[in-house]
Amino acid sequence: MNTDPSQVQLTANGRLKHFLTTEGLSRELLTEILDTADSFISTQERAVKKVPLLRGKTVVNLFFENSTRTRSTFELAAKRLSADILNLDIARSATSKGETLMDTLWNLEAMYSDMFVVRHADSGAAHFIAEQVTPNVAIINAGDGRHAHPTQAMLDMLTIRRHKASIEGKVVAIVGDILHSRVARSQIYALNTLGAAEVRVIGPGTLLPKDTEALGCKAFYRMEDGLKDCDVIIMLRLQKERMQNALLPSEGEFFKLYGLTEQKLAIARPDAIVMHPGPINRGVEIESAVADGMQSVILNQVSYGIAVRMAVMSMAMSGQQQEKNELLAAGQNDQEEA
Amino acid sequence: MTLPDIEQTCTELGDRLATYLNDHQITQPLLVGIRTGGVWVADRLQQKLQTGDDVSSLDISFYRDDFTRHGLHPQVKGSELPDSIEDRHIVLVDDVVMSGRTIRAAMNELFDYGRPASITLVSLLDIGRRELPIQPDLTGARLELDNGQLVKLSGPNPMTLTLA
Repeated sequence: MNTDPSQVQLTANGRLKHFLTTEGLSRELLTEILDTADSFISTQERAVKKVPLLRGKTVVNLFFENSTRTRSTFELAAKRLSADILNLDIARSATSKGETLMDTLWNLEAMYSDMFVVRHADSGAAHFIAEQVTPNVAIINAGDGRHAHPTQAMLDMLTIRRHKASIEGKVVAIVGDILHSRVARSQIYALNTLGAAEVRVIGPGTLLPKDTEALGCKAFYRMEDGLKDCDVIIMLRLQKERMQNALLPSEGEFFKLYGLTEQKLAIARPDAIVMHPGPINRGVEIESAVADGMQSVILNQVSYGIAVRMAVMSMAMSGQQQEKNELLAAGQNDQEEA
Repeated sequence: MTLPDIEQTCTELGDRLATYLNDHQITQPLLVGIRTGGVWVADRLQQKLQTGDDVSSLDISFYRDDFTRHGLHPQVKGSELPDSIEDRHIVLVDDVVMSGRTIRAAMNELFDYGRPASITLVSLLDIGRRELPIQPDLTGARLELDNGQLVKLSGPNPMTLTLA
């Protein structure tokens, strides 16, 4: 059994059939996702936003963990591809009645679903489903524990590419709780694969991973040092539960040291862009003047999120289809030979 | 078989299109080429017609009817059309018309951009083998190919035709 998630998500020909992680994917494939998303942006600006690509397909949003933005952008992406979409609030339904995850999934598969969009609090959940549970359903990882959030990372890459022309050669700083962030992890892999000059992580020692070098980034403990010469600043949301675990003294203290203010932004390159995956905590990790300022591209990220999700969904569905065709063709050959 | 001189065919097609538009009292046509070859041909026709608009391009990848068979084309380029095609007279240009499926997809896509006043279909080559009731209004040349034979247009400067 193949347990490397980067391989599980590819067909024998190297096409995408699930989207689980940005780790281990080639530069060509990541670029293809961005190029396809670029084309979908142009369809989003039309009066009729739908294209008929996934007509007749059924997509199920399986959110075991709450999310409004990610779930709704996946829903819009599916609808704009003309797929039918089912939203399941798992937290309040079957599993709370004692049904196991696997039974829930097998039931949904029996309803002829073509794609599951999965968010789960456990790292590796999407990978497990893709490999062990329903391999013939395309699985899109919408965030699993601390592990990965690949569509968020790719929409961030698209944002950088559209606003800074390319990712190659850019200095990118990710600020905040890197240790617990699946977004940061997926971003770091994608940035390095796409040729960023330097990926920096900035935060207090308690919220930075120990193995930054191995991850492919450079650790900074002070904004004054880390923001110097940056082209892109990505702020992460501070999760309040971290405060209860005594990893941080207080919100006020965090804002003083790591909150992005106009003063701190001035340390970066004058044409630097400011990004945030949302939802933003104004006055905790970012000040309103910056969040709403000229250099902020936070709302553009949301628009690009739909296009990126449309790209990944259509590519994965296409990969699944090709694999099925190959199996079918192989079966026919066997019959002819027999 | 001998293949036609493609630049020559294109020039003649431009002349005939000018006459056709004149006869139909279309004064401000919008040239829309289907990627990739159709855009090259549309560029040549534009040199002749000198319409006020740039040549638009249509990438029909998101509208193909064989997605479930062949999947997504890996090099989707996107379409480039003006903000509105509402009430415009469109000249839809392709390099080779065969089954008619590409044209069907292209017309479906055009209607998602708006409601054109008319669509005139122009094809540099027609190789027959139609599977849908779609016929070009103007064709540069009609080729009778052997079974299974196809033509391939390379370009854009110069455009050349080869048998495949």
